[in-house]
Amino acid sequence: MAILVLGSFSAFSQRKMKGGDAATAGMVRIPAGIYHPFLKANNKTVSVKIHSFYLDAHAVTNAEFLDFVKANPQWTRSKVSRLFADENYLKQWAGDFNIGNDRVLNSPVTNVSWFAAESYAKWMGKRLPTMEEWEYAANSAPVNAPKGEKLSTMILGWYSRPTPAVLPPVESTFKNGFGVYDMHGLIWEWVYDFNSIITGGDSRSAGALDKQFYCAAGSLNAVNKEDYASFMRFAFRESLKANYTVANLGFRCATDVDQK
Amino acid sequence: MKVTNQVKALNVLLFSMFFAGVLLLQGCFSTPASDNDSGKNLGRLAGEYTATLTSAPEVPPSKPWLKKPEKVIVNIEVIEKTMKLANGTDYTYWTFNGTAPGPFIRVQEGDEVEVHLSNDPFNKMPHNIDFHAATGPGGGAEASLTAPGHTSVFSFRALRPGLFIYHCAAAPVGMHIANGMYGLILVEPRGGLKPVNKEFYIVQSEFYTKGANGDTGLQEFDLDKAIKEQPEYVVFDGSVGALTGNNAMHARVGDKVRLFVGNAGPNLTSSFHVIGEIFDNVYQEGGSIVNHDVQTTLIPAGGATIVEFTCKVPGTYTIVDHSIFRAFNQGAIAQIVVSGDENPNIYSGKTKDTLYYPDNSKNIEVPGKISQR
Repeated sequence: MAILVLGSFSAFSQRKMKGGDAATAGMVRIPAGIYHPFLKANNKTVSVKIHSFYLDAHAVTNAEFLDFVKANPQWTRSKVSRLFADENYLKQWAGDFNIGNDRVLNSPVTNVSWFAAESYAKWMGKRLPTMEEWEYAANSAPVNAPKGEKLSTMILGWYSRPTPAVLPPVESTFKNGFGVYDMHGLIWEWVYDFNSIITGGDSRSAGALDKQFYCAAGSLNAVNKEDYASFMRFAFRESLKANYTVANLGFRCATDVDQK
Repeated sequence: MKVTNQVKALNVLLFSMFFAGVLLLQGCFSTPASDNDSGKNLGRLAGEYTATLTSAPEVPPSKPWLKKPEKVIVNIEVIEKTMKLANGTDYTYWTFNGTAPGPFIRVQEGDEVEVHLSNDPFNKMPHNIDFHAATGPGGGAEASLTAPGHTSVFSFRALRPGLFIYHCAAAPVGMHIANGMYGLILVEPRGGLKPVNKEFYIVQSEFYTKGANGDTGLQEFDLDKAIKEQPEYVVFDGSVGALTGNNAMHARVGDKVRLFVGNAGPNLTSSFHVIGEIFDNVYQEGGSIVNHDVQTTLIPAGGATIVEFTCKVPGTYTIVDHSIFRAFNQGAIAQIVVSGDENPNIYSGKTKDTLYYPDNSKNIEVPGKISQR
C-alpha cells in the first residue's frame, strides 16, 4: 500500500511553505507528554512518550477540501480511482467542484477515504496524526466541561443523540484543554495508522496467542473497562479499510515541531 | 502500516489453518451426537429463498413442505434512530431493521443461512451480528463487522434446532445490546414444529437511562447504571406498552398459543410467567427438553424459551417477569386478550361476597352472583 500511495502523489502540486508561522496557521501546538494507551500490551499498562507536535485546531472543512480537489482534479468524484475511494466518496457534494449547499461550507468534510485525507495532508505540507497523537490530544477535557462530568460520559452522550440532518460547522462543539476543537462530538477522524489495531472484529475475544499484542477491544486488555468511548473508537477504526468513506468520518492534519 | 498489514494477513492465515485443521479432525473421527455436526452429511442445498422477516410480536409462517436444506437469505439493515421508550420518553435505539427487537428469522435444521448485514450510511457506529444459532467464531461477529455505509455477507449452517438469540457484538457489546440490537432466530426441526393456533414473538430487555423511570424527553444511555445492573426500564418488545392495551396480543378460547420468548438482557435473568395460565409445554432454554405443567420458567440473559398453553377461559392474561417489581414499576408487562365463551367448570369468577366478622358469628350474605368481569 505504501508504494501505491507514494506513486499516486508524485504528480501533486505541493503548496509552498512560506515559513514557520504560515505553515502552522490554524494549528495548535500540543506539548510533549505521556500517553497511556487504552489497551495493555503483555498485560501491562503502556506509557508512550509523545513528542510535541502541531495539530489542526479544527477538522478540514468542505470548503478547504474543495480547494484541494480544484488543485488536484484526480481527486474529484468522477475521476478518483476506486482503489483510493469507494463509491460514496464526497457523496454529499452536488458535483466535482460544487459543494451545492452553502450551509456546510464550514462543516467538516466527510465521505473521504484515508488515501484522500493523506493526500490532502501532503498537499498542505502536513501529515495525518498518528493514532497515539490523536488519542493523546483527544484525552483532554473540555475547558467548559460541567463540573464532575467525565469526558467519557460526555462522549457517550454524543452517541445517544441521532446524527443531525446537516452536519454542524467546525468549532461548534467544545474546545479542550489543549485548545483543540471538536475532538469528540462532531465526527470520527482518520488517523495515519488507523489499522494498526487488530481485534478480529469480535469485541469479546480476549486476545489469543498471536493477537495478544494487538488485540484492541478484547476487554481483558483494556486499561479501563469503563472507557466505552475508547472501545467505540477502536471498534470504528477496526471496521475501516483505507478506501472506505463514511458519512461521519473526516480528518484533521498534524505536523512535526521543527527540532532546530 | 505495512508491517501491521502483514500481521493482519498472518492472523487470517493462521486462523484459517487452525480452522481447517479442526474441520479435518472432525471429518476423520466423525461420531458426533447428531449426523449434521461434521457438516458432511448435511446434503446438497435443495434451493434458495429469501427469508420472510417479521417485527414483534408477529412470527413468520413455518415452511413444513421444505424437506431438504435450503439456502436462506436474510437481509438485515442496521438503523440508529430515536423512538419512544415510554410515554413521553424517547431513546436513541440501535436497531436491526428499524425495530427493537429486530426481525424474527425462521429457518429449519440444516439450512444454510446467508446473512447480508448492511450498516446505514448515516449511522455513527460500526456494527456486527452474533447468531447463537451459528457454530463458528463469534457466531458471525468477526465476519460481519461493518462500517457505516457498507454491507457484509457471511453464512452459517443451522446445525442444531432450537430458539436462539442474535445480537450485535461490536465493542462495547453491552452498550450495543442495551441500545436494542437483538432478536430471535428459530431453527425448526426438519418439517417444522407442530402447528398451533397462535404464535407470538416476545423479547425481554432492560434500558439504562440517565434520567429516572418516567423522566420525559430524549434519554441518554447511562453506563454506570448498566454496570451496576440497575435498569430504569425492563420491557417486553422494546418499549413500555409495546404489548398492552391497543397493542395487546389476541387469541380465542380453545386456541393453542405458542410464545417464542427471548431474553436479551443485557444483565437480568427473567422469571417468565403468564398470570392465570399454566404452561402445557416449556422448551427449556429453547432446546430439546420439553417440560410440562410449569408456572414460571427462567430465561437466562442471552437465552430463550418456547412456551405453549391452551386458552380455556376468556379474559385478559398478563405476562410478567415475576421478579415482580420489574413488572409493575419498570414496565415488564404484556397482555394477551382471550375472547370467547365463559367456562365456569374451570373458572367461576366471583360467586359470593359476604361481610366478614372475625368472631365468625354474624356473616351476612350479599345476594346475587357478582361477576368478576
